[in-house]
Amino acid sequence: MSNSTNLPEPTETGRAGHYYSYGIPYLPIDNYPGKLIAIEGTDGVGRSTQIRLLREWLEVQGYGVIETGWTRSELMQPTIEVAKGSNTLNKLTFVLLYATDFADRLEKEIIPALKAGFIVLSDRYIFTALARAGVRGVDRAWVRNLYGFGISPHLVFYLRIDEKTLIRRVLQSRGMDYWESGMDLKLGDDIYESFRAYQRALLKEYTSMSEEFGFRVLDARRKVEVIQDELRRQIAAFLAESDVPAAAAVRAE
Amino acid sequence: MEGIDGSGKTTQLGLLAKWLSAAGHPVFMTEWNSSALVKAATKTGKKKNALTPMTFSLLHATDFADRLLYNIVPPLKAGMIVLADRYSYTAFARDAARGVDRRWVRELYSFATKPDLAVYFRVPIDVSVDRLLARRVKLKFYEAGLDMGWSTNAVESFRMFQGKVLDEYDRLVEEYGLSVVNASGSITEQQRLLRKLVSQHLEIENHEQLDESA
Repeated sequence: MSNSTNLPEPTETGRAGHYYSYGIPYLPIDNYPGKLIAIEGTDGVGRSTQIRLLREWLEVQGYGVIETGWTRSELMQPTIEVAKGSNTLNKLTFVLLYATDFADRLEKEIIPALKAGFIVLSDRYIFTALARAGVRGVDRAWVRNLYGFGISPHLVFYLRIDEKTLIRRVLQSRGMDYWESGMDLKLGDDIYESFRAYQRALLKEYTSMSEEFGFRVLDARRKVEVIQDELRRQIAAFLAESDVPAAAAVRAE
Repeated sequence: MEGIDGSGKTTQLGLLAKWLSAAGHPVFMTEWNSSALVKAATKTGKKKNALTPMTFSLLHATDFADRLLYNIVPPLKAGMIVLADRYSYTAFARDAARGVDRRWVRELYSFATKPDLAVYFRVPIDVSVDRLLARRVKLKFYEAGLDMGWSTNAVESFRMFQGKVLDEYDRLVEEYGLSVVNASGSITEQQRLLRKLVSQHLEIENHEQLDESA
């Protein structure tokens, strides 16, 4: 390894595959073989379809794949559902409940999978939480510290759509609900106006995070196959230069 | 009011509340980990012993944020005296004893209102264990630190875990200027000291009010 520059030795903190900040001291991350790939984006960008196709493609090549999704932890899912229904959440408890869910999945699913050499496909990641917290005016530094125990993904794809497309897709799929309309923000009694203002603010938050977290931005208004091809091309390139050989490639030799 | 299990802080808090109420001060009590919001998750987690130090920490922070909003800030705004049975220092001590990053927990609780007075009931581990066993209290899984797997014997584990918690509290005394009460002393002796601490504080507040009106 050549290191002729005078630059200070980069710390592990914040690098892909490592903790963003303080981390979890009792779970030191030590060059785990697995890879963490996050697919981010608002509702209606087709994240789950893309993940399903990616999984299929990766497994055919012989990669072990594990999926994880937002609020899917065994510990927290019932509580989050109840809390969302009761309207007693405030912006801090809202953020903290999701962080608890994330911690549970991180320790019980993501870290063990990375240790065992799986490719972890994450349907949404901490950026969803940061965006929602940002829109609700939660202190930026505080929420970033809170998620400092998160692991920086190797790749983050942000599936981006414009406000108009977003609104139409959400209305078509499951309609507006209280939280996705940001009604807790009391932007007004008109649910459509609130919904629009909320989704616009969310998009702005994602855009502002693109550079901060190195998002690979994909235009999600295109056809499913076109987006999938792009994802596969970028993931294949990444895996080729990292140390995870595909089983298919090994067999071909 | 801070201190490990068996330090007697709850007894002291009760006596203090009686005294304050009798003197005409409106009092509001709030207890660590008592919000309905996280009760289900905490219960599930505890029953299945499924909580990790991080989720344990975050659930308690969620509980705290909920109580801050509903049970701490409104009574303070209404001019009441809020008596908290444990506060953020409990999290700092316990979570650090479980291996959570100290800086992280402190920043996590940076949204907390700084208490006007924080009292720490310091008790040697032997006294605490004797008191709990004398009351035939069954040591709880997480309170005894059995989740850490240091010992399968509850009393032994309690000593090891709460010993570490005591070390953390000692750090906090200096860092946050907690007022220390020797909790090995008699109940009345401790209560006398506690009332003295509190009344000093109330006097200061009265002076401030007089100054403002002058």
